[in-house]
Amino acid sequence: MFISRDNIAPWQIACGLWRIISGFSLLLFQTQPQNVEYITIRTFIIIKTACKLNLIHSSSIGLTDEQKDFQKVAFDFAANEMAPHMAEWDLKEIFPVEAMRKAAQLGFGGIYVNPDVGGSGLSRLDTSIIFEALSTGCVSTTAYISIHNMCAWMIDTFGNNEQREKFCPDLCAMQKFASYCLTEPGSGSDAASLLTSATLQGDHYILNGSKAFISGGGDTDVYVVMCRTGGKGPKGISCLVVEKGTPGLSFGKKEKKVGWNSQPTRAVIFEDCAVPVINRLGAEGEGFSIAMKGLNGGRINIASCSLGAAHASVLLARDHMCVRKQFGETLSNSQFLQFKLAEMATKLVASRLLVRQAAVALQEGRPEAVSLCSMAKLFVTDECFSICNQALQIHGGYGYLKDYAVQQYVRDIRVHQILEGTNEVMRMIIARSLLTES
Amino acid sequence: MHRSSEVKHVASYLNTRGCECFGQPCESHCPVLTDRTIHVQLKTFIKIRVKPDRTGVVTDGVKHSMNPFCEIAVEEAIKLKEKKLVKEVVAVSCGPQQVQETIRTALAMGADRGIHVEVSGKDYETLGPLQVSKIFAALAKKEQADLIILGKQAIDDDCNQTGQITAALLDWPQGTFASEMTLEADKLKVVREVDGGLETIKINLPAVVTADLRLNTPRYATLPNIMKAKKKKIANVKPADLGVDVCSRLEVLKVDEPPQRQAGVKVETVDDLVGKLKEAGRV
Repeated sequence: MFISRDNIAPWQIACGLWRIISGFSLLLFQTQPQNVEYITIRTFIIIKTACKLNLIHSSSIGLTDEQKDFQKVAFDFAANEMAPHMAEWDLKEIFPVEAMRKAAQLGFGGIYVNPDVGGSGLSRLDTSIIFEALSTGCVSTTAYISIHNMCAWMIDTFGNNEQREKFCPDLCAMQKFASYCLTEPGSGSDAASLLTSATLQGDHYILNGSKAFISGGGDTDVYVVMCRTGGKGPKGISCLVVEKGTPGLSFGKKEKKVGWNSQPTRAVIFEDCAVPVINRLGAEGEGFSIAMKGLNGGRINIASCSLGAAHASVLLARDHMCVRKQFGETLSNSQFLQFKLAEMATKLVASRLLVRQAAVALQEGRPEAVSLCSMAKLFVTDECFSICNQALQIHGGYGYLKDYAVQQYVRDIRVHQILEGTNEVMRMIIARSLLTES
Repeated sequence: MHRSSEVKHVASYLNTRGCECFGQPCESHCPVLTDRTIHVQLKTFIKIRVKPDRTGVVTDGVKHSMNPFCEIAVEEAIKLKEKKLVKEVVAVSCGPQQVQETIRTALAMGADRGIHVEVSGKDYETLGPLQVSKIFAALAKKEQADLIILGKQAIDDDCNQTGQITAALLDWPQGTFASEMTLEADKLKVVREVDGGLETIKINLPAVVTADLRLNTPRYATLPNIMKAKKKKIANVKPADLGVDVCSRLEVLKVDEPPQRQAGVKVETVDDLVGKLKEAGRV
């Protein structure tokens, strides 16, 4: 048992101001931040605030019992299997195949893929909840798992039965890993202008071109590639599934990134790469639409990953504030920091609502779903980055050290504002939807 | 009762009164620090506060979850079922409505059905090992269980009594602090962790076993199993239906926090230290 002492003063109303009184506990060991015991001890302290919001459980508000069970499994998995390794995976750039396979055994390999091909058949909201929880353990790995899920779903939804049965079971079990290939060196935001060509020769397409910034590229087995089979623009794009080992498929060097280091990023190069026509998902010319539909869900997933990082960062910042002393008292006594923390928590809860709303809209196939997904991605990735950044600031100099997890959250979610459609493109999508209404 | 080579029921008693870890470092549910890397502590360590009237601890807003030792018990039961040594695993818990969440966790891990013994309000606050054991003994007779597996103790009250009292009430043999158990025909070989080391005993079935830390590592519930758990039944029973009186024989006089840690004193020499210890009556 540990020691506690409550300095509980009554509510005071002075000059129309509420004063939030914090209750403190004495540490068993008064340590300074650099002591290794710091992290285990500091979590014993909580700030006693006026409202009863338990930040840890705010993510379960409004969930069904079943969803709470899903969330619990994901949180437990993140805490036990991912969090202890996230720093090492980041430092050594390890692609954690075994940990991801363990996740797949729990059903995380194809969360919204149909059960008849090995998926878990859950809703977009369930998926968002799961990724948000997993992300607290390691953002980069969870983000890759979400990309893998997106690819598995695309094959499940737009593939014919042969394609589904060939690829989905292995993907859902993560026996094989997948990558999503849309971006090229010359076409990022302007995705529809992609140049990778696929010319029909007999019963094969011959692919020529290259893709850039492909997550998992080189280490994954199944590549869902958007390529040009027809004329210019989106209507000339088709979607092909290319397997690793196909002659003509090669990879660029592994990119050195600021974050997302537990997944390799490489260019994917096609040089007269012959892909069978039976590997085409949907009809010719449907590729762009398939890609965009995949991205709608992908955007919710990425936003969910940002949520998880922000959640963990707020907890870290709070714990640090309760322990770090300056000017004779803990940081939690500083009203400015109290307000900062309150704003961070508020933005987190607000962001969560938007993501979950978007997830439900997508699940129900509502017309506003695409807009909502874009709004969620835009707002949440920006806000959560700001939250994690502020959490790092609250840590002071320690926040900048790799010994502390908060910097990894900041680095890992920075890219969420860029990929799966930059936040600028999100604005384009939302504006277009608003203006075509009128 | 007919003793067959196939054990019919394994009833796993789940303690839901435990709060999630008092923060004492414990291998089974605290991440271990490696190197000097300080990773995120994601386990929800809730600080326990004593109620102002000193009759107990504050439980409002504290999330309850399955007692870690009971998780191990459930895992063991499910392992036995997977080896086809038992036919059915029944998860039981006593308490208010929230307890159903914990039973569902057991169902999601692989138990076949659950029994929720409703005890709420004042009765729940005074519910202790004796009453629980009586409930359990009554249920075991009713369900004709052949094996009862419980966690060795609950991490909130650390009583370590329920398993033993249940066995006594049923007049069944008990294998407590089990770190290993093997079913051989209708006998149970249990390796117990005792102060002096390990003790191996063979007991007849039906029996009561309490699970210790190293018995196994509990599995995660898988998403498909969580969904299947929805369809599994949780029966509702009241203690009165089992003929059990949950009135407590104990009265809690007061609950206090541990004493404040006093400041230490530095001494110059070893003699000074010995002197001081003698003064304080410690030596």
